[in-house]
Amino acid sequence: MASTAAVPFWRSAGMTYITYSNICANLVRNCLKEPYKSEAISREKVHFSVTKWADGKPQKPTIRSDSPEE
Amino acid sequence: FMEPRPPTPSSLPSKLTVNFVLPYAAELSKAEVDMVIVPATTGQMGILPGHVPTIAELKPGLLSVHEGNDVKKYFISSGFAFVHSNSYADILAVEAVPLDRIDPAQVQKGLSEFTQKLNSASTDLDKAEAQIGVDVHSALNSALTG
Repeated sequence: MASTAAVPFWRSAGMTYITYSNICANLVRNCLKEPYKSEAISREKVHFSVTKWADGKPQKPTIRSDSPEE
Repeated sequence: FMEPRPPTPSSLPSKLTVNFVLPYAAELSKAEVDMVIVPATTGQMGILPGHVPTIAELKPGLLSVHEGNDVKKYFISSGFAFVHSNSYADILAVEAVPLDRIDPAQVQKGLSEFTQKLNSASTDLDKAEAQIGVDVHSALNSALTG
């Protein structure tokens, strides 16, 4: 019995649900009135460091951030 | 440490218990209401006490909570709704805003911008992103005007 569930357009374009959901949330946040808009945007800012490992040793970490680095 | 799930009552409860949560706050926690209408991908779905257990994926749209004569409306960006057999409904949304916090000018601007992007998009991914933009802004628009 073949699965007949219709694939959503974003899934067939190669996007995952989480990407879709985040895009929707960002669009809604951009349509808010002040001060709610700046509250929402500052609430969702992220700042983190990613370290890839190879041969059991950490490589140089990369920092990903929404806040401008001085 | 976790509370056990409240048992399924033998007779139909008169109220629906709603937990409406966002990643950063609980909008409603164990609120007893008469009905909620959620924007499922399959259309607006009304949930009453005694609703059959359901899992519904939500699309950008209006969520309304009905309690007596009050209706509270929120616009949600996307999420899921779970209805359990004990008449508990868990609604999880990423963003939920009361309608008066939405700026209509921004919505119109976004709608025309994304409609244009959709027409000029070339790759599948660009088309998908533009389509998402059009969907979200038209849902915002109809929530504000409807």
